[in-house]
Amino acid sequence: MQWFLEIAWWIPLVPLLGAIANGLAGKRLGKTFVSTVGVGTVAAAFGLALGALAALLAVPGRQFQRDLFAWIPLGSPGAGGFGATFEAPVGYLVDPLAAVMILVVTGVGLLIHVYSVGYMGHDEGYSRYFAYLNLFTASMLLLVLANNFLLMFVGWEGVGLCSYLLIGFWYQKESAAAAGKKAFIVNRVGDFGFVIGMLLLFLAFGTLRFTEVNGLARPLVEQGMVTAGMITAITLLLFVGATGKSAQLPLWVWLPDAMEGPTPVSALIHAATMVTAGVYMIARTGALWALAPLSGAVVAITGALTALFAATIALTQYDLKRVLAYSTISQLGLMLLAAGVGAYTAAIFHLMTHAFFKGLLFLAAGSIMHALGNRIDLREMGQLRRRLPQTFLTFGVGWLAIAGVPPLAGFWSKDEILAEALALGTPYWWASGPVLWGIGTLASFLTAFYMSRAFYLAFFSDQRLDRHVEAHVHESPRSMTRPLWILAGLSILGGAPFGWQALGGGQTTLGAFLDPVWAVAAHGAPEAAHHAPVPNWVLMLFATGVAVVGILIARAGYRTRPFETPEPAQRTLGPFWAFFEDKWHIEAIYHAVFVRGGTALARFLAGPVDQGGVDRAVNGVAGAVGKVGTGLSRAQTGLVRSYAMSILAGAILVVAYFAFR
Amino acid sequence: MSNSAAQLAYLAPELVVAVGAVAVLALDILLPERSRRLLARATAAALLASLAAVWWLYAGEVAGRPERLFTGTLVRDGYSLFLDAVFLLAGILGALVSARYVDREGLQSGEYYALMLFAVLGMMLMAVSAELVTLFISYEILSLSVYVLSGIARGRAESAEAAMKYFLLGAFSSGFLIYGIALIYGATGTTALEAIGAAVMSRGLFGNSLLLIGMALVTVGFAFKVAAVPFHGWVPDVYQGAPLPVTAFMSAGVKAAAFGALARVLFTAFGSLSAVWQPALWLLALLTMVLGNTAAIAQTNIKRMLAYSSIAHAGYMLAGVAAYTAGDVALGSVLYYALVYTAMNIGAFAVVLVVGREGEGNQELSDYRGLAVRHPWVAAGMALFMVSLSGLPPTAGFLGKFYILNAALRANLIGLAVALVLASLISWYYYLRVVWLMYFIKPGEAPPTLSGAPSLRLAVGMAAVLVLILGLWPSAALNLAQVAALTVTAGGLPVIGRP
Repeated sequence: MQWFLEIAWWIPLVPLLGAIANGLAGKRLGKTFVSTVGVGTVAAAFGLALGALAALLAVPGRQFQRDLFAWIPLGSPGAGGFGATFEAPVGYLVDPLAAVMILVVTGVGLLIHVYSVGYMGHDEGYSRYFAYLNLFTASMLLLVLANNFLLMFVGWEGVGLCSYLLIGFWYQKESAAAAGKKAFIVNRVGDFGFVIGMLLLFLAFGTLRFTEVNGLARPLVEQGMVTAGMITAITLLLFVGATGKSAQLPLWVWLPDAMEGPTPVSALIHAATMVTAGVYMIARTGALWALAPLSGAVVAITGALTALFAATIALTQYDLKRVLAYSTISQLGLMLLAAGVGAYTAAIFHLMTHAFFKGLLFLAAGSIMHALGNRIDLREMGQLRRRLPQTFLTFGVGWLAIAGVPPLAGFWSKDEILAEALALGTPYWWASGPVLWGIGTLASFLTAFYMSRAFYLAFFSDQRLDRHVEAHVHESPRSMTRPLWILAGLSILGGAPFGWQALGGGQTTLGAFLDPVWAVAAHGAPEAAHHAPVPNWVLMLFATGVAVVGILIARAGYRTRPFETPEPAQRTLGPFWAFFEDKWHIEAIYHAVFVRGGTALARFLAGPVDQGGVDRAVNGVAGAVGKVGTGLSRAQTGLVRSYAMSILAGAILVVAYFAFR
Repeated sequence: MSNSAAQLAYLAPELVVAVGAVAVLALDILLPERSRRLLARATAAALLASLAAVWWLYAGEVAGRPERLFTGTLVRDGYSLFLDAVFLLAGILGALVSARYVDREGLQSGEYYALMLFAVLGMMLMAVSAELVTLFISYEILSLSVYVLSGIARGRAESAEAAMKYFLLGAFSSGFLIYGIALIYGATGTTALEAIGAAVMSRGLFGNSLLLIGMALVTVGFAFKVAAVPFHGWVPDVYQGAPLPVTAFMSAGVKAAAFGALARVLFTAFGSLSAVWQPALWLLALLTMVLGNTAAIAQTNIKRMLAYSSIAHAGYMLAGVAAYTAGDVALGSVLYYALVYTAMNIGAFAVVLVVGREGEGNQELSDYRGLAVRHPWVAAGMALFMVSLSGLPPTAGFLGKFYILNAALRANLIGLAVALVLASLISWYYYLRVVWLMYFIKPGEAPPTLSGAPSLRLAVGMAAVLVLILGLWPSAALNLAQVAALTVTAGGLPVIGRP
């Protein structure tokens, strides 16, 4: 059994080999080859992941770590201020957290690969698509299996690259190309935080290995070797990285545009897996966050506010994929809310169920697009339940799951997040339990409402299809509907077995499996006061009520009535509707400040500063100091001369500094 | 070490290159016109033979213990061996990318390759110099060779203009260097680096203004050669005007040589004055990184973009030198970066050559539109070099930058480290714009056919493999850099401020 852990490094390697094969030879060897390799390698990885899980259960301590080779040794005895011997191995860590992640990535990934066979069947970039998708899977698996920050960063950038390649997959489309660019640039801001955080972490700890970081954090702080402020700085910087990847405030802007990519990509990368990397990263370094209550509070409140913010935008959208995109941002906010208060099990639980139901919703939306000839506007749908019965039923399951209707998967995980938020909270009033719970509940109410709105507009309401489209509406092929049904099954059953014990307030199945991961981290920590102010079943009842009310309000407004603008929600919200629809004006502000400002700054630096400004400035200095070239006040009197003046001025400044310091 | 023949054995790599240069000149006269192509091969062979000599000295464990030669004017140590390998790599790649170009543009091939070998010789002698006058002479061997190389395309006005500018400004900064050396001699009575260091300590010359001004002028002389801001004005013009393979060769080689010499002078002779020069280098590094990267954004010509990019990379390496207090970690990071930069930058230029047309055509960024559709391998190579130059994993550029960051942080230069990360963040924009153009933009109406000389393809392939190896399995090269750095810092570096 142990054998499966010994070979766990094949889990990312197999899809990587698939990517190479498809990238190099796919075009020549034809579609059957590409599909077989593309789907087959992910299926193999899924099998290996299952084996690894089974093997892990038999390992005492449930942790298996192995270094394959020393990647970056930087042993430097005695030199430098810290005398730290640094090594970043290429190695992997399998523990319950990693096991859950690899199963989600390969499992949901496999279904989406199968779906893609049908969905992308007619695309001329078929082999390129599968090469990218396999490469993504490999990078994501590397990210979750890496046993140190640096290797994780390789996966982190790898998934970013694939996301960028797949958003811009239809690069002939101007908007797709622009969306890819936007995702790329916004994510760089996040990466900046991540890199600086990682370097500070190394500086403070002398290691980047997760097990060592988690193990050393508390002792080092208690011995005064590392200050609490340092830990706060590190965690906040890492969080900047997480906000980029997981599309949180203020770096959320790229995700809605990312919907320009093929729909299965939105399902896999921009809903189920990559965007959860930020949540995973925080969970991975739980011990650090336990020592930085301020950072935890910042994470929790950012998550909560993002959840609410994105939900308000989602209810004004007509593009079904954008509704789902904002919904993803909102749900990721809930996961970070949980991670911020230290309820990692709840965060990972929701990550898992969200992968099921959001993957399902996206694939069902893809099925609608497939049927309607790539139309995705809710205003051009209606009454689809008769024409697309399978899509209707499966989308319906996803809808109820995300709305939080018991006993579907989403209900259990969302409830656990809200309950834990209320019980744990953070020490700061602005992120205390009741505040977080209140915002989270409001976001959940909005979720139930906007998902129902979308559902009724698409499948009920009046029939608003284009006449040309109507004639061709057809249910999708089996390779697409089968993954839908499997995901629907998971969305129904994927929650209760892992979390039903919460009904009585006991430890859940998933908790029993995952909690030991953070028990090491919390070793020696004062026992978190886990006082539940309200019995859990009361909260569950309340949450169910909130979901049902949200659904019923939407039902009243959209189920049978023909669609008209302004629609019911718009009439009720009045001026707020426009405010929400315009994304709270945030994107406009970003554009004005960063895009226009940045362009102007770059132009300024490249133009006047380098060609005129610096020359002119140094000419001024040189003229004043050396009394040379009095006529050089203008820069364009001869380039060599002006360059020489620049050198002279620089030399004078350097000499002056050295001599008269 | 008295036997001069035995001493010469330690200089085998340099001697091989010198003999090679003369042999290329002789072959140029002796060979019939149509066999001139052999000259490129002869050049590559000489450089490879020299590389073998470097290996031989390494194998003889010369790297670990410095060997002083010719009454201490030269020193053969791991540091110089490592740098020699970098120069030879630059030379080999330079010769490979030149072969087709020299024929096509009708350049004087005999002079071209001989000058290239002399330039490499100058670089190698700079690396082994343990004394300022020898260092200066080596510096001039290098400089004169590259001045002429920049102007060797006599038919093109830009080339002549580049050579003229480079020469005038180079002569100007050489003046600073030699004047600085004179002042240092005046203050300490010696030009030997170790003796200067000892004199500063024993005679307490920490506040001697003659010495300080001398040190400042020497720093300026090298800052010109590495293209640090504000001594960078010549770089875009010269890089754009000089023949492309020459630009490729000197952007990496000359920079590495100047950094090697600057670091050795500062670490060996002026270590005890680090409190004086460290902040100055700090500022130069900052200015260089920021200006190089921001100005590169606005470029539309790929040669100019790479010129500003090379300024930016000089800034990163200056940060490594400024991290003096991190000792061998700092020096090792600079050495490693020099190696990495040579591979990735010449690689990028090689792709520019592949895409380029006769008479320096096809060098606008817009010429890279849709390259991936028609030439996936070339585009993949370029993408790799761009990713590496921008410092993203898992390429060599990432690790190079990582080590410099590591050194800066160990030297407690946290502000500079943050600036470095921010500067590379800016650089991602213009490097990845090339990737963007190649992969996401539709090709123009008349897609260029590529000049597919096998030697050029070989150069791209070699550079790409190196970039990957240095990124994925860096330990071997890194250990060599570390050992090399330790030979300079072994005696322990003094860290003393002005009393």
